Amino acid sequence: MANWVKACAADDIATEDLIRFDHEGRSFAIYRSPDDEYFATDGLCTHEQVHLEDGLVMDYIIECPMHNGRFDYRTGEAKGAPACVNLKTYPVKVEDGGVFIEIG
Amino acid sequence: MAAAAASERDYSLTGPASRRAVEIGLASAQWYHSDVPRNKMKELMKRTDGPAIRDTVIWLGSMAVLAAIAVWLWPSLWAMPFFLAYGVLYGSATDSRWHECGHGTAFRTRWMNDSVYQIASFMIMRNPVTWRWSHTRHHTDTIIVGRDPEIVLMRPPDLLRVGLNFFGLVDAWAAMKAMLVNAAGRLADEEKSYVPEKERAKAIGIARIWLTTYVATIIAAIWLGSVLPLILIGLPRLYGAWHHVMTGLLQHGGLAEDVTDHRLNSRTVHMNPVSRFIYWNMNYHVEHHMFPMVPYHALPRLHELIRHDLPTANPSILDAYREMWPAIKRQLRYENHFLKRELPPTARPYKAEFHECAPPGIAAA
Repeated sequence: MANWVKACAADDIATEDLIRFDHEGRSFAIYRSPDDEYFATDGLCTHEQVHLEDGLVMDYIIECPMHNGRFDYRTGEAKGAPACVNLKTYPVKVEDGGVFIEIG
Repeated sequence: MAAAAASERDYSLTGPASRRAVEIGLASAQWYHSDVPRNKMKELMKRTDGPAIRDTVIWLGSMAVLAAIAVWLWPSLWAMPFFLAYGVLYGSATDSRWHECGHGTAFRTRWMNDSVYQIASFMIMRNPVTWRWSHTRHHTDTIIVGRDPEIVLMRPPDLLRVGLNFFGLVDAWAAMKAMLVNAAGRLADEEKSYVPEKERAKAIGIARIWLTTYVATIIAAIWLGSVLPLILIGLPRLYGAWHHVMTGLLQHGGLAEDVTDHRLNSRTVHMNPVSRFIYWNMNYHVEHHMFPMVPYHALPRLHELIRHDLPTANPSILDAYREMWPAIKRQLRYENHFLKRELPPTARPYKAEFHECAPPGIAAA
């Protein structure tokens, strides 16, 4: 059964930016793309587990603040070294101004 | 010049110091960051192609012009100043281009970063694969003994090595050896400690391309009966190295080891505009380590934003050397000596949590 959890209000995230969301011992990153779509990934970079919350969002790329490793946050795909392992992504929906992510 | 004495330190990445650093939490530690509001940080991190395109056109264009004039004047001695200037752009400016483009921050456009990275890597003789990973480790574990592969001034300092490196001799020799080993299909044990297995084939491939290029240059020199091809390709890494060594030693020289606060192990130095062009603002070294996301052209603005939280920047290269040199000399006899960077009253103290968590009845420091 789908487990949808409210992460934040849609307006909590600026366009082309992200915020951190922690839930039950796990940490996530919630993104708002340049065209106002929302996405969610694991919050820690797969390279050295640095949180992505201080990272740079450029178009559909999240860049880790520590070593500039890059991921496409829509798919989690690692796009630039030292990131080599993909990020896990999570389904997202926006309802009544809230951003919900599905945590399995 | 003094050579290194026996040291109680083990800087090897595969030795006991490395294991100790992991055991006591110095490896992959949480580092101190000055507070910068997210909206300000986003402005500073913003990527744009313009400044780096401009600077790259100036850099490579100048090299082309200087090389053309120098070759035209060759073998007259009048060619020397042009070769010397060409050498600095080849053997020193490439250090900063390698660095910035390796971070991916110079340009917004990925292929531009990658192209300049490959060109600069070749000229500075740093395998773009192995050195990317070694630099990653340098940022994770900056000046952590046994973890950081890029500690230039180890203790006690090897001043002979430093002196030879002003002419690129030590680094170029090591680079040539590494290239030959990599071209033969292998990586050194230390390289293997930080280069993931699936990246190693790329390192080997690059080394083979470089080896082919150098062999072709040597053949050209023999065929032409002239050393000129080598003066243009390869040798500038030696005769042009002095500027990047001069500025690079100041990054961490004489400062603390085994701390997790870049304000204590890195140095920001104000420099003249020519040096800053060659160095691409890496003189803002505390700022760069604290926020490696910020591109070189935004580092002066970042400096203004957080200078209240940092040790006072040295006002010039000369001043920084006047500060560093006595510490280096003292380390020849007392290798535990280092310069403690004093923080201004406006700064958050080093390891502020120890002051803020004082037991009841005891005032925080």
